[in-house]
Amino acid sequence: MKRRSIITLESVGAAMVAVLVIVAIFAPWLAPHDPTIVVAPTFGDPGAPSLAFPMGTDELGRDVLSRIIFGARISLTVGVAAMIVTMTIGVAIGLAAGFFGGAVDFLLMRFTDVMLSLPALLLAMALVAVLGPSLLTILISLGLVSWTQIARVVRAETLTMSSRDFVVGAMALGAPPRRLIAHHIFPNVLPIIVVMAALGTSGTLLLDAALSFLGLGVPPPTPSWGRMIEEATIYFRTAPWLATFPGLAIFYAVLSFNLLGYGFLRRRSQ
Amino acid sequence: MLTYLVRRIVFGAAVLVGTSLITFLIAFVVPADPAIAMAGAKADPQTLASIRLELGLDQPLYVQYARYVDRAVRGDLGRSYIRRENVTRLIADRLPATAILAASAMALSLVLGVAMGAIAAAYRGRAADNLLLVISLAMVSLPVFWLGTMLLIAAAATLRSFPLGGYSGATSLVLPTITLALGSAGYYSRVLHTSLCDAFDQDYVRTARGKGLSPARVMLRHAMANALLPLVTVAGLDLAGLLSGAVLTETVFNWPGIGRLAAEAVFNLDIPVIMGTVLFSAFLIVVINLLVDLLYAYLDPRIRLAESA
Repeated sequence: MKRRSIITLESVGAAMVAVLVIVAIFAPWLAPHDPTIVVAPTFGDPGAPSLAFPMGTDELGRDVLSRIIFGARISLTVGVAAMIVTMTIGVAIGLAAGFFGGAVDFLLMRFTDVMLSLPALLLAMALVAVLGPSLLTILISLGLVSWTQIARVVRAETLTMSSRDFVVGAMALGAPPRRLIAHHIFPNVLPIIVVMAALGTSGTLLLDAALSFLGLGVPPPTPSWGRMIEEATIYFRTAPWLATFPGLAIFYAVLSFNLLGYGFLRRRSQ
Repeated sequence: MLTYLVRRIVFGAAVLVGTSLITFLIAFVVPADPAIAMAGAKADPQTLASIRLELGLDQPLYVQYARYVDRAVRGDLGRSYIRRENVTRLIADRLPATAILAASAMALSLVLGVAMGAIAAAYRGRAADNLLLVISLAMVSLPVFWLGTMLLIAAAATLRSFPLGGYSGATSLVLPTITLALGSAGYYSRVLHTSLCDAFDQDYVRTARGKGLSPARVMLRHAMANALLPLVTVAGLDLAGLLSGAVLTETVFNWPGIGRLAAEAVFNLDIPVIMGTVLFSAFLIVVINLLVDLLYAYLDPRIRLAESA
């Protein structure tokens, strides 16, 4: 049989996510400077990376490295919280459609089809713009546009589980639907939910970064990676490092969750 | 086949009714008064009243919705609050730029994705397979707007006369095309890899191998024919998305397409344009999905037989 090395996609992904979480939690101790105050002497002009400021300083003289470290907090919080909103909607709809079947399934899945045919980013932008950018509206908007894929996967898994002997047996013993879902189906659907949660986080991280880039993210002065790139675009000729490093941070975060989710997915199908 | 076709069309129409309801609802959660948005904050009450009458805002909600659908079916998506132009006209004007970008991005991502997926599948389980897997995951993890900005920086630093934005001939197409194509290519390569590996385990591929055909011939003539089907669905949906405007790429490169039109509409809360572009996008997705389903049924007899049984 195939030999399995210790270095798998999911272990690398998990390690990368762990680093991200540690950076976010210990940001005040890890960051060399306060991300919101002027520390460089080059006020009004971005400062190039140097020994004192490894990732340079921005046009207001703030340390880019410190801003990226603190940005991990807001990006990770929004990404994970939006993923939880997404999963809540998607899992509820998928479980209900798969378990009850019939008209419930038909209506919920047609609604899912409608949502799938709407442009996610544009819809999220419109929702945030209309409701006004705040942490809550961003979470709701991201959740409302991202749940469809999860609902479909959870529905399919629930359908398979519902026809298994242990569920049919519990049903024959007179277990009520709530008990059937909570004790028999949900625990068995959970593995795929975890996989989808990891992949979903990479999706919400990207969407949130895109919203921030378009100026529809969490309002300033909170340093968010997407907003840092947006603010850096006018300096792309003179100070390319301003856009480079925050983008690498987003890329790292999204990739780590993708490795984790895809690794689990591949292990399940083997 | 006819029942299949009719069922698909009815289904697509139902989805469109649903999307029209949702776009209509978006317009209704907007706190701003459309009449004020059109006439400006300083407009006198009489002007506002006449605009409300003209827009039918005094009518009950279901009458307004019926009017909206009635007009949309005839191709009238209302008038922009800001630009004072017909939304259908605005979208039509932007369509060529978006379509050119969509076509070139689709071509590049398909070529790249199919090549990567086929090579990875050919070396299944070996180092090249794993390397291509990680590369494709990295490609789908790239933030599009950042990739675009990085390409701009690289082009500005190395090339003296390279278009850094806007729409001016073939060279201006290069950077936005790469920006749009990389993510899709990574995704396509995974889709193709999965379906190719499935095909490799099927009896007909085993037979082809058993006959002593070369690996290349087995891959291209036998396995690929079936394995390309899932890719058709995915790429079809992508094409619909691209044709309705790539918001981020068009914003980064100042591309005069539908995506930028939509982004600007969001910033100005130009509701008719937002509703129009969302509805147009949904319409494309439904139509292309329908075409893909038909193509599928045509290419794979198993589907139309199963559906009509």
